[in-house]
Amino acid sequence: MQRIGVFVCHCGTNIAATVDIARVVEAAAKEPGVVHAEDYQYMCSEAGQLKIREAIKEKNLTGIVVCSCSPRMHENTFRQAAQRAGINPYMVEIANIREHCSWIHKDMEEATEKAVILARAAIAKVLLNAPLEAGTSRVVKRALVIGGGIAGIQTALDIADAGYEVDIVEKTPSIGGRMSQLDKTFPTLDCSACILTPKMVEAAAHEKITIYTYSEVEKVSGFVGDFQVDIRKKARSVDMSKCTGCGVCQEKCPSKKTPNEFNRGLNTRSAIYTPFAQAIPNVPVIDRENCIKFKTGKCGVCAKVCQAGAIDYEQQDEIVTQNYGAIVVATGFDTIKLDQFDEYSYSTSPDVITSLELERIMNAAGPTKGHLERMSDHRAPKSMVFIQCVGSRCADKRGKSYCSKICCMYTAKHAMLIRDKYPDVEVTVFYIDVRTPGKNFDEFYRRAVEDYGVNYIKGQVGKVAEKGDKLLVQGVDLLDNKRIVMETDMVVLATAIEPNPDVRKIATMLTASIDTNNFLTESHAKLRPVESPTAGIFLSGVCQGPKDIPETVAQAGAAAVKVVGLLAKDHLVTNPCVAKSDTLLCNGCSSCEKVCPYGAISYEEREVNDHGIRETRRVAVVNSALCQGCGACTVACPSGAMDLQGFSNRQILAEVDAICR
Amino acid sequence: MQERLIERAKELLAEGTVVRVLGWKRGDLGYDPEPAYFNSPEELEDFVYDGFCGANLSKYMIQAGKLEGNTLVFLKPCDTYSFNQLIKEHRVNREKTYIIGVGCKGTLDIDKVKSAGIKGIERVSCQGDVLKIQTIYGEKEFPFQEALLERCTVCKGKTHQIYDELIGAEEGEEAGPLGNRFEMVEKLEAMSPEERFAFWQKELSKCIRCNACRNVCPACSCLKCVFDSNQFDSAQKANADTFEEQMFHIIRAFHVAGRCTDCGECSRVCPQGIPLHLLNRKFIKDINEFYGEYQAGEDTESRAPLTNFTFEDVEPGIVSERGGRH
Amino acid sequence: MQVENKKEFRPKIVAFCCNWCSYAGADLAGSSRLAYPADVKIIRVPCSCRVNPMFILRAFQRGADGVILCGCHPGDCHYTTGNYYARRRMTLLFSMLDYLGVEHGRTRVEWVSAAEGVKFSTTMNEFVEKIYSLGENVRLEDLRCKRD
Repeated sequence: MQRIGVFVCHCGTNIAATVDIARVVEAAAKEPGVVHAEDYQYMCSEAGQLKIREAIKEKNLTGIVVCSCSPRMHENTFRQAAQRAGINPYMVEIANIREHCSWIHKDMEEATEKAVILARAAIAKVLLNAPLEAGTSRVVKRALVIGGGIAGIQTALDIADAGYEVDIVEKTPSIGGRMSQLDKTFPTLDCSACILTPKMVEAAAHEKITIYTYSEVEKVSGFVGDFQVDIRKKARSVDMSKCTGCGVCQEKCPSKKTPNEFNRGLNTRSAIYTPFAQAIPNVPVIDRENCIKFKTGKCGVCAKVCQAGAIDYEQQDEIVTQNYGAIVVATGFDTIKLDQFDEYSYSTSPDVITSLELERIMNAAGPTKGHLERMSDHRAPKSMVFIQCVGSRCADKRGKSYCSKICCMYTAKHAMLIRDKYPDVEVTVFYIDVRTPGKNFDEFYRRAVEDYGVNYIKGQVGKVAEKGDKLLVQGVDLLDNKRIVMETDMVVLATAIEPNPDVRKIATMLTASIDTNNFLTESHAKLRPVESPTAGIFLSGVCQGPKDIPETVAQAGAAAVKVVGLLAKDHLVTNPCVAKSDTLLCNGCSSCEKVCPYGAISYEEREVNDHGIRETRRVAVVNSALCQGCGACTVACPSGAMDLQGFSNRQILAEVDAICR
Repeated sequence: MQERLIERAKELLAEGTVVRVLGWKRGDLGYDPEPAYFNSPEELEDFVYDGFCGANLSKYMIQAGKLEGNTLVFLKPCDTYSFNQLIKEHRVNREKTYIIGVGCKGTLDIDKVKSAGIKGIERVSCQGDVLKIQTIYGEKEFPFQEALLERCTVCKGKTHQIYDELIGAEEGEEAGPLGNRFEMVEKLEAMSPEERFAFWQKELSKCIRCNACRNVCPACSCLKCVFDSNQFDSAQKANADTFEEQMFHIIRAFHVAGRCTDCGECSRVCPQGIPLHLLNRKFIKDINEFYGEYQAGEDTESRAPLTNFTFEDVEPGIVSERGGRH
Repeated sequence: MQVENKKEFRPKIVAFCCNWCSYAGADLAGSSRLAYPADVKIIRVPCSCRVNPMFILRAFQRGADGVILCGCHPGDCHYTTGNYYARRRMTLLFSMLDYLGVEHGRTRVEWVSAAEGVKFSTTMNEFVEKIYSLGENVRLEDLRCKRD
């Protein structure tokens, strides 16, 4: 039998001026289960709390109701008071008779009547409260970073510097990511490799960091603090411990016709390859699909020329299983495919290129050794047209609705670099808007226009057509309100960026939510921007939304801090107001699992004894470490098996009944 | 066809593919077959398949799946939707089920015959478009089409959604010309709220809470119904007009919303003739209009409308905007 | 714009508010002294998706004259997706109640953020006014299986 105490707070005159406190106390005392009711000037004060503690002890109270301000103010205060007096902190309910009553009503009669009803509802609820215990779960002091670009590297470095083990899993043969493909970086024009390579080396050399390249995350289970992850190390066909990185195998490899991914397909590479000179690790992989040995069984040149004897055609994929306390997603981006944008003649003319391709052309290690030239005839262009927002801010389904954010700035960079190095090349930029919100960004763009004479035209390009060895660009100038038709030698498309296509698969494994554009969703857009709603999953870099390098690095650091904050804990305390399924009522229908945003519900075959009937049933099991207590599952459940502790069906119905009585 | 079904069932029993058959068994009268298990060739002598085999056998497979050995079940095209839905909800065991999809010309409502004044019915047989009815007063005739259950006049198709083999049916078979299954829902929607209220009060007041609708409904497959547990304080049998009594049908319809295949069993079995399917169809119609066409049981994978959402879903205010007739 | 007490009829109105946005919005209405009628009684739930249609039906059956559900704006749910499910559930439930002949003005969903104290108060004033104009709820309370 519950023994409830009711404590009515005057809050000075805040409540007492409009609510007849004595009547509330009197009415509350008459409610079933209530054995004690009193009032006090300030219940939250030390003296007020003392009254509560004394009453709990003297009257052997099992639960209390405090009629006071909002539970958002002092629920915790009163829970602690109750706990100090020896009752479970979750045996406390608050009737909000200040914000929801005395402060908004002027008529004393009305306000008092309402306060009585609110007290009644809280009493009805607390009668059904059950003591709840916050559980704990362990924290594995190791983090996993998925993606070895600048975001992943920075996050890993920051976590490792704080003293925790970090593993980086990178799909390609080397870490470095998109940034390694860039030539110069805005707005300072430092060389990308010069600032990235030291970071790559630092990560590789760091004693707390383990790098798995040419590897993918295959399976994830577990939850915050203790994820179990299977990592597939794809067979490199080269023994990492023996290879010296001399590069002879790549030189001698007779199969040299594979499009070079690193150079965006602008030239070709050998079947055994390292993606770029500064690759880490500097150990090649054999691309088995294009290797003559693997295709026909005849060849083996690389094995013959390798003095270290590192080539291993028999190597198998390897699965590494490891536990992690936290996982950071840093899967980055790619540019969108342009097959839907035929008007720009991208697929037909080699002189229509994307900005990322231009980066490779401008790069000294790129397909043209850094000479600006047309891919069709290797002539230097006399004029170039840049087209902005190709697939970005796109109203139709071909492109993306969002702004890719980086294009305005890198186009200004490209235009400036070209005008600087090749002053006789005319550069025209077609744009919708030029967006430069960033430190020194607008100054940078204005330099392109004012110092370098780049011709910016506000307007969109409708068509790019091949005309002899030239390209004909047809567009509009919205400021002069006229059509523009111009001949040019090269067209560069500021192609929209999109999350790495693999992110869908990864998000599913992690039960991290993604939005309609495949960007990972933050837990809160403003206040928790580097955390996924799934506990223990953190976001770094463009996988969360378009951003440039400084922003990526800043976010990478922020994600690292959150990871470190988690890993620093000895154990995790779990919120006890979580969902719980009644095994005997559960149908195993999976409705609850579908609506759970946290992947907290799984199914188990359980032996049950249902009133003498013993059978094995598929039943829902809530992982209380993952559940955040929203209650979506409780409504999806047709049989009422799923209930939410602290806000149970019976508790809420009791409140409804008390209010409608 | 009945003979072919019996013969095939015997074969499957003999070769050990299944150890029991779930079908329809001859009743006491000529028009009341009931679902039954047949465990041997001998028992199959009582097997019947005719226009009165309206009963949807899908739900019985929940129990059958827990028994030792495989079960042969006969499913009409519309029954297969229910079976698929039950697979989606992990309630039936596909591996332990052998499904024969049986052809269906539509199932019959004996009350339609009776209300035409035909009494003392002993046997009913179908010859083409006409029902030959043996009565104690001699043989009568009744048009087949006019005896169809309401649900069959708006048949959702002759295609079996899931089966191991078909008998008397072909893949991709088209249903004949159909009525609009939402006709009555639309009629109700067009009424004034007062008229609608009067309609439902009259209908729902007939309810005797026999639970036939709940027991037959393949979507109402809960091990224990919320109305029988104390999770919602709703199992207060002592009080005559509690929450349960008053809200039963609304809550039941809500619980099956998005899962109801519109098999129409609820209305078929209601001893009081309450058109319960009109509640379910309202949900189906709303779901189709608000969230796009959806047919529960068409597949075993897709998310049900109530466990799904889009960012652009209509707001609940649409109800007032649409029905501004108050 | 507090509604005057015109008649004898004092409606019973239940407002379900999610803890993170709307309950906080109601707190803000309180601390800003933005009045709305005392007929409204708030029940705190963690999220709008916690509200089972059974709660709403139960309120009506126990004599409520109006039930309003407030949650975070779509896209702002503390639990990311809860209000999207609530939106579908309530749309279908309200449509069903309308179909049964219950006045649709008696039910409402409103998205109120923690910063929208004014919206909370305005919404409650409007809703109470609507319930006054509809009068006492007899239909849903009476839609029972009784035999005449």
